[in-house]
Amino acid sequence: MPEQTPGQTVGPFFGFALPYDGGPEVRAPWQPDAIRLHGIVLDGEGSPVPDAVIEVWGADGDGRPSTERGSLDRDPHGFTGFGRAATSEDGHYAFSTVKPGVGRPGSAPYVVLAVFARGLLHHLLTRAYFGDEPDANAIDPLLRRVDPDRRGTLVATVDGPRSYRLDLRLQGPGETVFLDYGTEQ
Amino acid sequence: MTDLTQEMISAEIADRHLREQGSTTVHPRRDFAPYRSTVLRHPTHELVRADPEEIERVSPAFGHTDVAVHESDLTIQHAGEPLGERIIVTGRVLDGDGLPVRGQLVEVWQANAGGRYAHKRDQHPAPLDPNFTGVGRIITGDDGSYRLTTIKPGPYPWRNHRNAWRPAHIHFSFFGTAFTQRLITQMYFPGDPLFGLDPIYQSITDPAARARLVARYDHEVSQSERALGYRWDVVLTGPRATWTEPEGSDHA
Ligand SMILES: [Fe+3]
Repeated sequence: MPEQTPGQTVGPFFGFALPYDGGPEVRAPWQPDAIRLHGIVLDGEGSPVPDAVIEVWGADGDGRPSTERGSLDRDPHGFTGFGRAATSEDGHYAFSTVKPGVGRPGSAPYVVLAVFARGLLHHLLTRAYFGDEPDANAIDPLLRRVDPDRRGTLVATVDGPRSYRLDLRLQGPGETVFLDYGTEQ
Repeated sequence: MTDLTQEMISAEIADRHLREQGSTTVHPRRDFAPYRSTVLRHPTHELVRADPEEIERVSPAFGHTDVAVHESDLTIQHAGEPLGERIIVTGRVLDGDGLPVRGQLVEVWQANAGGRYAHKRDQHPAPLDPNFTGVGRIITGDDGSYRLTTIKPGPYPWRNHRNAWRPAHIHFSFFGTAFTQRLITQMYFPGDPLFGLDPIYQSITDPAARARLVARYDHEVSQSERALGYRWDVVLTGPRATWTEPEGSDHA
């Protein structure tokens, strides 16, 4: 079996390379089904992290992963499910995307987030569930397994029409629940 | 500027390596204090084991519509030739079963030959090269291969501690066959005298795992009168075993 290549930090100087035009616009904001998913990335002292890059990956409105190419050079009428946003000076990230349909029966809808930053030696994965899906969230197998005190860190709150907010705390009080899919070794 | 000396950082690294001797963990320790920026940026809770659903078992689709052919050659992006040592870096991207990761996106970024990034926050007083940006993109071939033409990047100073220097490296970003195989890492060059001193490289405590980030010189890849060749293969593994939800683990 070939052996896994280790990760390394994205470092401080990805800003001229990883972000791309339209990266945060997974779904064109003028589309009727577009939602906003945004928040602030915070460190262990509650200071914003201005040098993080967040990726989202989510299914379409029917819960199916897109197989459409073109995430770097988007068709404004299409949907590829993948987006990338660097945080601003105040640690803010924002995406325009769609709320996915349910993937597995009995699961709640969510999008997957990957977090990269200077000072983060290996990226972190988490999920953004939606605060206006309380019934689905109540039976979701992953949410049910998470300590109830920490479960809220995985649920984006409704903060406006078609807008959801999820802050990502890398450490400390309210630390985000990060996930291990069996690839952490 | 920090008062920390290289000796203090090196002692911390040595101590940590000693305590973790025999560990075969592949990835860097996120709480690796010799790299000072990790101190407030690593989670303190254990990660929660998640069972990947379909979205996590597949990956975004990229293709030749996303990337132009010339994006794999960082030496032809400007009117003139960049300064420095021209190199070719090639290899294959494989999954944990040894199968090629086909048609996937590889992204690279790096400093120029003088160790300076074309990034506004880079304060290293080495000259910028008007003929070198240092950004490239490639879509892997059917055999998982990628091939990059560039300039060998220089080592550069950083402010982790006094007289801190990063070994020369190229930043690489990979997508696998599943989103859970996503990887961002750094490729290094053989024989770099800075390896032992660098807390980022040494944050991978298993020496065998660390060595997998070092490309090897390959004379077959070198081109006469043109470029030196390096080979670096990359493996992106998925979950090691099918995982089932433990019984009685439900907090609700
Ligand atoms: Fe770097």
